[in-house]
Amino acid sequence: MGSQGGFYQSKEFLDLVKSIGEARSKAEEDRIVLNEIETLKRRISEPDIPKRKMKEYIIRLVYVEMLGHDASFGYIHAVKMTHDDSLLVKRTGYLAVTLFLNEDHDLIILIVNTIQKDLKSDNYLVVCAALNAVCKLINEETIPAVLPQVVELLGHPKEAVRKKAIMALHRFYQKSPSSVSHLVSNFRKRLCDNDPGVMGATLCPLFDLITIDVNSYKDLVVSFVSILKQVAERRLPKAYDYHQMPAPFIQIKLLKILALLGSGDKQASENMYTVVGDLFRKCDSSSNIGNAVLYECICCVSSIYPNAKLLESAADVISRFLKSDSHNLKYMGIDALGRLIKISPDIAEQHQLAVIDCLEDPDDTLKRKTFELLYKMTKSTNVEVIVDRMIDYMISINDNHYKTEIASRCVELAEQFAPSNQWFIQTMNKVFEHAGDLVNIKVAHNLMRLIAEGFGEDDDSADSQLRSSAVESYLRILGEPKLPSVFLQVICWVLGEYGTADGKFSASYITGKLCDVAEAYSNDETVKAYAVTALMKIYAFEIAARRKVDLLPECQSLMEELLASHSTDLQQRAYELQAVIGLDAHAVECIMPSDASCEDIEVDKGLSFLNGYVEESIEKGAQPYIPESERSGMLNISNFRNQDHHEASSHGLRFEAYELPKPTVQSRIPPASLASTELVPVPEPTYLRESYQTPSVTSVSSDAGSSELKLRLDGVQKKWGKPTYAPATSTSNSTAQKTVNGVTQVEGASSTNSRTRETYDSRKPQVEISPEKQKLAASLFGGSSKTEKRPATGHKTSKASTHMVEKSHVPKSSMEVASEKTAPVQPPPDLLDLGEPTVTSIAPFVDPFKQLEGLLDPTQVGSAAATKSPDIMALYVDTPAGIHNKDDGDLLSGLSNPSVTNMPGGTTTTQQEQRSKGPNPKDSLEKDALVRQMGVNPSSQNPNLFRDLLG
Amino acid sequence: MIKAVMVMNTQGKPRLAKFYEYLPVEKQQELIRSVFAVLCSRAENVSNFIEAESIFGPDSRLVYKHFATLYFVFVFDSSENELAVLDLIQVFVETLDKCFKNVCELDIVFNYSKMHTILDEIIFGGQVLETSSTEVMKAVEEISKLEAASNAITLIPKSASGWRSR
Repeated sequence: MGSQGGFYQSKEFLDLVKSIGEARSKAEEDRIVLNEIETLKRRISEPDIPKRKMKEYIIRLVYVEMLGHDASFGYIHAVKMTHDDSLLVKRTGYLAVTLFLNEDHDLIILIVNTIQKDLKSDNYLVVCAALNAVCKLINEETIPAVLPQVVELLGHPKEAVRKKAIMALHRFYQKSPSSVSHLVSNFRKRLCDNDPGVMGATLCPLFDLITIDVNSYKDLVVSFVSILKQVAERRLPKAYDYHQMPAPFIQIKLLKILALLGSGDKQASENMYTVVGDLFRKCDSSSNIGNAVLYECICCVSSIYPNAKLLESAADVISRFLKSDSHNLKYMGIDALGRLIKISPDIAEQHQLAVIDCLEDPDDTLKRKTFELLYKMTKSTNVEVIVDRMIDYMISINDNHYKTEIASRCVELAEQFAPSNQWFIQTMNKVFEHAGDLVNIKVAHNLMRLIAEGFGEDDDSADSQLRSSAVESYLRILGEPKLPSVFLQVICWVLGEYGTADGKFSASYITGKLCDVAEAYSNDETVKAYAVTALMKIYAFEIAARRKVDLLPECQSLMEELLASHSTDLQQRAYELQAVIGLDAHAVECIMPSDASCEDIEVDKGLSFLNGYVEESIEKGAQPYIPESERSGMLNISNFRNQDHHEASSHGLRFEAYELPKPTVQSRIPPASLASTELVPVPEPTYLRESYQTPSVTSVSSDAGSSELKLRLDGVQKKWGKPTYAPATSTSNSTAQKTVNGVTQVEGASSTNSRTRETYDSRKPQVEISPEKQKLAASLFGGSSKTEKRPATGHKTSKASTHMVEKSHVPKSSMEVASEKTAPVQPPPDLLDLGEPTVTSIAPFVDPFKQLEGLLDPTQVGSAAATKSPDIMALYVDTPAGIHNKDDGDLLSGLSNPSVTNMPGGTTTTQQEQRSKGPNPKDSLEKDALVRQMGVNPSSQNPNLFRDLLG
Repeated sequence: MIKAVMVMNTQGKPRLAKFYEYLPVEKQQELIRSVFAVLCSRAENVSNFIEAESIFGPDSRLVYKHFATLYFVFVFDSSENELAVLDLIQVFVETLDKCFKNVCELDIVFNYSKMHTILDEIIFGGQVLETSSTEVMKAVEEISKLEAASNAITLIPKSASGWRSR
């Protein structure tokens, strides 16, 4: 190969890199870089810099910017370089501008012209460089300026140019689909390009186009299938082979496209069955790329119209992935399982133990993927186990982003599948306690609504039981330090509403707790507001019950403090509280009825109850009211102020600013939208006050109404949870779920397939699966009841899959054991005895599998020897840990000869070196020596060089 | 589409950073830092994939490969296949190796522009352009040749030895 990996740069640049490499701290590095920037600033503006120097300065600038420092002073010089005639300088200029500038930068205007010119250049490399810049620097407005040239380049004789022109056009499409919509047919045309590379490139834009509009490309199904067939049959030039796979990247893209085209289309899918089936057979599962293609096949199979045979092959591949030692393959296996499970839900069963292993794996990525799978397969039967696991994991992590996600998943699953209210509340408590600040406020409102409305059945005692258990648990939780604000709001509301309802706790106890909350979280106004309103409710209930109310001293002081609060909201609440306490029982009953948060409140918008008062006033000579819309000069703003008529007329003067239209609009909308969506923000008290407050009614009553109303959700028809939820089944399940399922499992399995059980019994000690794991497996997967069919179909399949089936028994029967464990009838030793005779007969089933795995290894090594790729793996695994401590001078690779460590020694090493080195040993040696000489590599020990990264 | 390609060493120093959607320099630095923070917390013998949504926003995955002192990191969205991207990294490294003859971290530092040339031949505007390292090599060599030819001033030494002998 002609190109050399030499050091094109000057000593200065080397020194820069070296000193940065040796910098002990970020501050030192910054100092060095700032110095460099000063130097460059000075040098770059000198007149008549030789081009070569200029090129180096620009590269240094790029380097400096990569380290995070501002190099904007040099942008203009980079732009100037693009105008240069020399290809080298021009390309450097283009490289720098694509890295420095974005498409909206002011300097772009200076480049567009050059790009236009360069796109027409005779030198195809200039064209390529310009196309590269086009992708990065052309925005929606400048597309038309270069579009004709780019389209013209689609017919360029050089395939490299055609390829890039397609990509550029694709980029335009991504940036502004409308600007190139008339050119989309070009992509179809280029699909038939003679060069496979160009064809492969065309698949990228086609994939995007098909994603958006499947139907207009259905005619291409046959073409794609035939291309894929040809690729799989190795009709492409050898150059496209990668690790003995024919053009795997093209195969993957094609499979992705086919998955889109075949989705929900039986006819189109039928065209694909043969070729996908072939791929399953042909793919080399020992190489990474082969598995990539296999994985893509699974994705395709799970997306197109289902075909039993393909699904079976897919399941085979998945089990191979899951059994693999490679975490990457396990990850792909879990992902693939998640896809296939939608089509054939029973496939997960045979992999349950593998899934649980993944769940307990230390690798976070794998763990999260597994949670995703579990989320997809949650049912009402396994929701408790899954959500518990999720919450445990949620508590254990610090990553807020993922915590939020998993918390919302927990909430979603709990709402959808909760077996009982009790469980739901406990789960929500846990979620709130540990991720309260991360969950959506709607979730809290939902929880309050659930507690208020109960289960929706006509069972009042169950509802009140639910409430008192909620109250009890909240009083307990209040003892914990630092609870999230959202959770405290829920707690305050529930305590206010139901704290004294069952008579277990005295009003003074609850109010004391509420005052503690308000004091402990004195920075949180929302919590305080909730606490004050809760206090008001408690006292109101006490007054209504004709009990003597004595205000706790801390409550009194809290009230006094809030009466002078800067927050008008808190102040108002405090005044309301003060007023309520002073009222008599009858009045309080009217304004604060007990447990009425679910009652509808009729809003008399016409304020008809004021008619008498109005008439009286008019008789006394008051001005009749003129609606704002009829007043002159008020037309344009009046429509959203209708709400304020009465206030305006009675006061004559308005002091407050006009409200935004939002709250009033909202007050209208909820009843309509509530029916469809169950998550609705609680209406803000402001609008209620607005429509309610009238001169004759005391402010106390209206505000009491409004604060009461705060948690009211008018027109709520729906209970919590999604429509799929069926309360009847889950209530029955909730208590006896596990045992019931377990028993049915045992019966089902033993009656249909007793052999299976023997097999398992004998194998169990060998496999050594921990009982907890089995239990977990049983509770996760136990819910599905389609087990009986599996073995039958499995036995019918070909030899290749028999071991699979045998394997599949293991997890299934483990469920039996697990269920047996819950009701300990047969102790494990018995099982062992029973199983002993069958061990020998079973052995053949086990062994081939082991053998197969054993066989896989040598082949891997064999192919590795050819492809050398695993060498790298081995090499970097073998790299001594010391290499990590070294500075960046460390060589990534080079000479693997161990004797090199004595490098400083001299000639002897050179000889050894030459013997062991590949084609050009002298060069690498010199390079090495140079590195040392320059001291870039500070350690005296020779860098661990590994030879032939790839040969 | 591929969103970003990063090469950094085991100390977190960026060696190459290319973002296919424009990001301001500070943001780039922040991303590089947070990627490095995640990478160095990963144990050996775990998968090469990382959920990157918390760093790069929704629909983003990250695949990395660790070679001696360097991490090669590709960030992409759901239109790519993780295992295939792992092999794409392999293609990239293979090509670098062919180009620099036993590539080492120094080669990458000092041949910054060449790295970019190679990468531009493999990934173009965020899409995978070419996956055969021989093809990429051909293209890169041709570029070097023509660059040299077009460049009247060939004062730059060709190799390490050349530089030293000066």
